Amino acid sequence: MTGIQPVTDKPKIPAIELKNVLFYYQTAAWQLSLPELTLPQGQHLFIKGASGSGKTTLLNLLAGIITPKQGEIKLGGEPFSGLSPAKRDTLRARNIGVVFQQLNLISYLSVLDNVLLSAHFAGLNKAASEQRARALLQSLGLGPELITQQAAALSVGQQQRVAIARALLTRPALLIADEPTSALDADNRDSFMQVLLEQAEACQTSVIFVSHDASLRRYFNQQLDMQHLAQGVQPCC
Amino acid sequence: MLLKLARQSLWNRRGTALMTLFSLTISLVLLFGIDHLRKEARQSFTSTISGTDLIVGARSGQLNLLLYSVFRIGNATANVSWATYQRISKHPQISWTIPMSLGDSHRGYRVLGTNLDYFKHYRYANGQSLQFKEGQPFNEVYDTVLGAEVAAKLGYKLGDQITLAHGVGAVSFSEHKDKPFVVTGILAPTGTPLDQTVHVSLEGIEAIHLDWQQGAPMPGRSISAEQALTQDLTPKAITAFMVGLESRMATFVVQRQINEFKGEALSAILPGVALAELWQMLSMVENLLLLITLLVLVAGLVGMMTTLLASMKERQREMAILRAVGAHPWYLFVLIQLEVLLLTILALLAAAVTLVITLWALQDTLAGSYGLFININPFSLQTLYWAGAVLLVSAMLACIPAFTAYRRALNDGLAIRL
Repeated sequence: MTGIQPVTDKPKIPAIELKNVLFYYQTAAWQLSLPELTLPQGQHLFIKGASGSGKTTLLNLLAGIITPKQGEIKLGGEPFSGLSPAKRDTLRARNIGVVFQQLNLISYLSVLDNVLLSAHFAGLNKAASEQRARALLQSLGLGPELITQQAAALSVGQQQRVAIARALLTRPALLIADEPTSALDADNRDSFMQVLLEQAEACQTSVIFVSHDASLRRYFNQQLDMQHLAQGVQPCC
Repeated sequence: MLLKLARQSLWNRRGTALMTLFSLTISLVLLFGIDHLRKEARQSFTSTISGTDLIVGARSGQLNLLLYSVFRIGNATANVSWATYQRISKHPQISWTIPMSLGDSHRGYRVLGTNLDYFKHYRYANGQSLQFKEGQPFNEVYDTVLGAEVAAKLGYKLGDQITLAHGVGAVSFSEHKDKPFVVTGILAPTGTPLDQTVHVSLEGIEAIHLDWQQGAPMPGRSISAEQALTQDLTPKAITAFMVGLESRMATFVVQRQINEFKGEALSAILPGVALAELWQMLSMVENLLLLITLLVLVAGLVGMMTTLLASMKERQREMAILRAVGAHPWYLFVLIQLEVLLLTILALLAAAVTLVITLWALQDTLAGSYGLFININPFSLQTLYWAGAVLLVSAMLACIPAFTAYRRALNDGLAIRL
């Protein structure tokens, strides 16, 4: 939470910045509070948290699906949480990529169309995006013979890579990954982490990685524990 | 991209989508089919007779008179005497008359005794006169002219001999076997009850009934066909007659004069008015049918919504992914709407194709069995209105699942509930 330092001396606009953020549901007896979080451009953050610890709420906050009751979130130096829902949606399309736990893809669309979804909502040029999508997929180890296939035909490991390609297509400031490796075996997990961080660095994208798997901690320079954020949570297990 | 999403999403759920499409198509075929048949039936109905100003028969209700004189349905209650007919036809306002003598049949087809004025003055549809497909009007007492359907169904050609039966049943036990008629002409199809009529001269009708009395052959008295020709064949009575006036303006005057005719109790009706009254009676059934069809359509549309609503649960993941990549909740709303519109448009197209094919396949049967001549093309401006209304209603109903998608998108966010 604190002590996050930029990698270089040159001051950069932080990828995401949270100040005095407080969120609670009317019906639930707990709240999420985050006095300060600043993630410099290109730096990665590991958030450790078990299920039920308010992870999803935090992700929804970071992605701009919901807004904090108090405090402010800035995305790429711009105010984010105060914008209208439609503007937040557009900003999310351009500046945030999301990779879920599993089943990231719309099963009936082709691999390429799945990747191009983010470009569509970000309003990017279609031809240029397609070219970039092909290159990205190629560098993620998904050859041209795969990209016209239906997403459902791919293995889980391949699907998660397609999700990376989709998340990074718009060169977002931030990539939010929600336990993306939980459905993968050890070998796949390591290679997934490798390509994720490799490609994120190539795009100058900051990764916020949420997992309960502490062994993945080593890939990240920053760490945050959900337990410190959520108050009044009944931890499961 | 939106269209592609809608299309591929539907294709992904093609099993249920096809069933929905199927049920929608059926209800649309019913709607358009019944609407079309209704119009065609009315068209066919009202075009049965044209150019005739009055129909005169023995006193009865106007519907009864119309039914037996024009549609060959039912029977006259009484006859009009020949003398009366002669007197009225000399009325200065009357330009022409067509005498009609009904009561016999040939294998279920009604026989109409008339004279050559029939071929000259009878008009149907938009004033079309009768055309001969083959042959010519009757000249001799034992000549007959067949309606198109009679000839086609029974396989008669010129020169064939037919015998008439007494009464109007399909099977008759008292036939006029001793006096056969020769086919001298076959009429072109008209799409009216005329096609189902056997036409003979009034003299022919008289001749076959010379040795009959009270509807049965007189025992011990038989007159051969040749002997009959030597006798006076002037009819004693006819069933009804059609009247064409010099001027339409005189219609009501002549009608009143005939209705108040002193010698005999007569009724003169205006065919157009009687047709309208008859159609009004039928239109209740017709409207009920249309109402049922509309309900079937509503059931089809509601079924589509149910399917969509049920699918919303399994599509939560799809919605969450779209939200994550930046889709606004309204985008999801429009996506669902678009899917519904796609389905409805597909169903409309499928219904149109099915209907045309069905009409094309049934055209001959309908014309042959029911004398109903329908247009293969069921589309009119009104069809477009119907289609527009269907689209509108389905878009309105689609708001339910679409709004569900919208609300879920707001509430669930990136949470994917499996």
